[in-house]
Amino acid sequence: MVTGKRQRIVVVGHGMVGHRFAQAAVERGLTETHDVLVIGEEPRAAYDRVGLTSWFGLGSEALSLLPGGEYDDPRVRLVLDSVVTEIDRVQKTVTVVSPPSAAVDLLTNPGAVTVHDYDVLVLATGAAPFVPPVEGRGKDGCFVYRTIEDLEAIKAASERATSGIVIGGGLLGLEAANALVQLGLSTHVVEMAPRLMPVQLDDAAGTTLVRHVEKLGVKVHTGVLTEEIEGDDAVTGLRVRQAGTEEGAPTEVVEAQVVVFSAGIRPRDALARECDLEVAPRGGVLVDEQCRTADPAIFAIGECAAPGGTMYGLVAPGYAMAEVVVDALLDGPGSFTGADMSTKLKLLGVDVASFGDAFATTEGALELTYADAVSGVYKKLVVSEDGRRLLGGILVGDASAYGILRPMVSSGLALPDNPEQLILPASSGAPMGMPDEAQVCSCNDVTKADILHAVSEQGCEDVAAVKQCTRAGTTCGSCVATVKNLVEEHFASQGLVVDKGLCEHFRLTRQELFDVVAVHGYRRFDDIVEAHGTGRGCDLCKPAIASILASQTSTHILEPATAGLQDTNDKYLANIQRNGTYSVVPRIPGGEITPEKLIVIGEVARDYGLYTKITGGQRIDLFGARMEQLPAIWKRLVDAGFESGHAYGKSLRTVKSCVGSTWCRFGVQDSVGLAIALELRYRGLRSPHKLKGGVSGCARECAEARGKDFGVIATEKGWNLYVGGNGGATPAHARLLAGDLDTETLVSYLDRFLMYYVRTADRLQRTSTWIEQLEGGLDRVREVVVDDALGLGAELEAEMARHVGGYADEWAETLADPAKLERFVSFVNAPDTPDPTIAFTTERDQIQPVAPALIPVGAPA
Amino acid sequence: MSATMTSTAVCTVETVPLEGGVAALVDGVAVAVFRTHDGAVFALSNLDPFSGASVLSRGIVGSRGDVPVVSSPMYKQAFDLRTGACLDDDAVRVTAYDVSVVDGVVLVGAPREVT
Ligand code: SRM
Ligand SMILES: Cc1cc2nc3c(=O)[nH]c(=O)nc-3n(C[C@H](O)[C@H](O)[C@H](O)COP(=O)(O)OP(=O)(O)OC[C@H]3O[C@@H](n4cnc5c(N)ncnc54)[C@H](O)[C@@H]3O)c2cc1C
Ligand code: SF4
Ligand code: FES
Repeated sequence: MVTGKRQRIVVVGHGMVGHRFAQAAVERGLTETHDVLVIGEEPRAAYDRVGLTSWFGLGSEALSLLPGGEYDDPRVRLVLDSVVTEIDRVQKTVTVVSPPSAAVDLLTNPGAVTVHDYDVLVLATGAAPFVPPVEGRGKDGCFVYRTIEDLEAIKAASERATSGIVIGGGLLGLEAANALVQLGLSTHVVEMAPRLMPVQLDDAAGTTLVRHVEKLGVKVHTGVLTEEIEGDDAVTGLRVRQAGTEEGAPTEVVEAQVVVFSAGIRPRDALARECDLEVAPRGGVLVDEQCRTADPAIFAIGECAAPGGTMYGLVAPGYAMAEVVVDALLDGPGSFTGADMSTKLKLLGVDVASFGDAFATTEGALELTYADAVSGVYKKLVVSEDGRRLLGGILVGDASAYGILRPMVSSGLALPDNPEQLILPASSGAPMGMPDEAQVCSCNDVTKADILHAVSEQGCEDVAAVKQCTRAGTTCGSCVATVKNLVEEHFASQGLVVDKGLCEHFRLTRQELFDVVAVHGYRRFDDIVEAHGTGRGCDLCKPAIASILASQTSTHILEPATAGLQDTNDKYLANIQRNGTYSVVPRIPGGEITPEKLIVIGEVARDYGLYTKITGGQRIDLFGARMEQLPAIWKRLVDAGFESGHAYGKSLRTVKSCVGSTWCRFGVQDSVGLAIALELRYRGLRSPHKLKGGVSGCARECAEARGKDFGVIATEKGWNLYVGGNGGATPAHARLLAGDLDTETLVSYLDRFLMYYVRTADRLQRTSTWIEQLEGGLDRVREVVVDDALGLGAELEAEMARHVGGYADEWAETLADPAKLERFVSFVNAPDTPDPTIAFTTERDQIQPVAPALIPVGAPA
Repeated sequence: MSATMTSTAVCTVETVPLEGGVAALVDGVAVAVFRTHDGAVFALSNLDPFSGASVLSRGIVGSRGDVPVVSSPMYKQAFDLRTGACLDDDAVRVTAYDVSVVDGVVLVGAPREVT
């Protein structure tokens, strides 16, 4: 290696593995000595191909692994939409062809051809779908399933089609079938082998899977050969014949207008072949344990590589190879010696896992099986001859034990005396029993020891922190349950049971209390504490119960039964200040206000001598009102058409808006109109913590919607909905829940989202932490809100409709009720005497509180 | 026990909400009067010693263990309604007053001796 001069690494392919390589190069300091040029053929930066099918629901942006399209480190340059066509190993150059659109001068340079030097070349070209030589495979309506462009084409074709066929019943084929079902096509899967997923499953497991899949409306044809794709130019159907029959034997035609090939993948090793690098007999660039080819300057990683002759069609081995090459370039000792080919997935909603020696090929291996045809569960363990070690297994219908079983295989941990216990229903394996070296997250190679280190040494207090710190659970997510168990058991072993009970008076969580109140229809604290708690409550449980009661009924929060439960601010429908005075915040929906109303606010502030400030929430706050003045001040405001802004409640605050398409030259939708509509819809909704919203009229995001609990950003086609953002102590960016929605769908998703949060979040948990702590995270929220997986959608919407219909302004109602007004007095025996301890000075022409003299502790007042 | 002759009638007992409080002026000083769930009446200085604001009557009344308490609306420290002792800071105590109910009227008496 030439020292002193910076070296240049050229990476061919910006897929999942090429991206991981660039990330690792930055993180591990390789860019201190090397420049990295990444050339990618696809029009967009790397995206999560593993999650490709969720493109239908989420769109491209959500799948991106590099949302800005650029690395933070300027020494890594990414060139997209460009293909490496040739490698010159003698000159150490690559030739790159870019489309005309990427060229500087269209007339003189129709398609740019450039040549780049390299010191190190990394091939990360991935794999391509294998399309078997079936007659008619070039007809319109034939597709593969690998890129976002493939999915766009399938989606467009499905709009004109009624039925579709997937050729290939493996893992990817079933994934594609799932997509066709979601696109509304009557769907067939054709598989040559006698069962589905022949590589991972045995016959019994395959049969169990067929039953599940057929229940979802997919017709499965196993043991079938494809003869010909019929149709003139466009596909009309597929002619098939039973496997094992002679050519010319009777055939059958399955009608379809869409055919998706999913018959396996082939490494993209053509560039290597053309420059005479050796490839493995079954394809893939042949590399050693450092992923180096016979040419020491050239490496290959990911699906295009064949370390030791084997190609791996999964992302985790590819990630491991990327790390190994970075390590090698840093003169580290890393090596790639094979990978765990275990898989766990949810196919069409069915759990399927296969790991280790699933087919019991080890000498003397024994099989233990458990099958329940009624519920569609099949589990098999493969154990060593002496019954001491777990070698592998298959799980269909219930893969909950996967997290415990798979590490047992890789660690060689001795099995318990009755190994069948591990697969019998309701088995609860103890992950603490795993050895420290056991790999918990295979995608990111994180062991149990790494996780325990994160909690005990690195200060991680919860699963979210562990995920961030170790990367465990951040790729396919299948290990999250195990990670969670480990974290909880660790704290339990320290005697630190994370008690989720509300306080000393209630062992129940807020969610449990919410359900208890709903089921029993309680309306009074007394009934609740008598039946489910102890003592007389406190400042933790009483406001929480007040909030639950307010969410479930639309009665005024100062009714006698609940007035005493309210927290400081709710108690007087205003925010208490440091000197015992209060602030007044009228609602100004979306921040839009008429001059007349502005004048009223000014007049009220002037007449009562209140300090006036524009808040961070696009409205106006009036400070320094004494408690007994609140009704008179609010009467003036209510008469002028104002209502409570709920600045005091754990409830909706503001829905911030930008000016949007009505005035702004860039706006594509009426963001002010929507912000006002949403603020009026959700005003007064009592929630576990405060709620804020925002609506921006275009992607410039002037309303900072992604900093809110729910944020809406206008698109040409409608609205993108983001959830789980906040500012405050621990800022969080909201993440995309669903895209390009029409207003009606947007509102129904928001109704569901907010009610689901109100029902299930913990006390004082904002939406971001609630989502983090929900099992399944944002994906779970999406399943419930968008896919309606729990069938709760209508119920949640009805609850919100009840809230919206039952809304009344709290201040207007208070002013109309003498009983409620009685509490707004300074002293019961001197109602009009101002509190003598309150005093003000003047600063910048407005009042300011004088700090009350602190009374010596213990002395009589 | 202080003499009852200095006691001041402040309001009817119904004026004090169950598990709630009101503020009263007694000799120019703000006193918080509370009623617990079982109807017992207590009186403490209304001044919250942690913020200096006159607000204790607006706190939440409940219990901690067997102790009837009010928690300050400002920073939430709990005070024993019987003695004024702060349960969250041994060094802090607010004045407790003698209080009684006669013919449905709440009478606030003298500050209690600190023991
Ligand atoms: C008045 C205002 C500051 C200002 O001068 O601009 C303000 C004032 C208070 N904020 Fe705030 N916040 C104000 C905007 C914000 C913002 C900015 C925004 O909304 O865009 C934030 C960060 C954004 C966010 O919430 O995600 C903000 C984050 C907080 C937090 C931290 C929340 C968190 O999740 O970490 C608290 C504490 C809490 O709620 O527990 C808080 C609590 C408070 C309280 C209510 C504290 C209290 O209980 O006394 C303050 C008294 C309000 C009052 O009227 O007496 N305020 N506060 C703003 C009122 C907005 C409105 O019109 O309603
Ligand atoms: C639908 C689907 C579901 C999947 N599910 C799973 C799963 O559950 N678990 C799992 O582990 N794996 C899964 N996989 C496989 C996983 O996506 C791959 O293992 C992974 O993407 C491999 O990464 P890679 O970088 O090697 O290849 P790719 O991600 O394919 O990236 C290669 C990139 O190189 C580009 N390229 C190729 N040739 C050139 C050239 N000459 N010049 C420039 N650029 C070039 C390609 O266009 C491509 O963008 C799934 C794949 C699909 C399609
Ligand atoms: S929100 Fe910030 S500025 Fe406002 S009162 Fe609280 S700490 Fe002070
Ligand atoms: S196993 Fe895939 S994220 Fe951990």
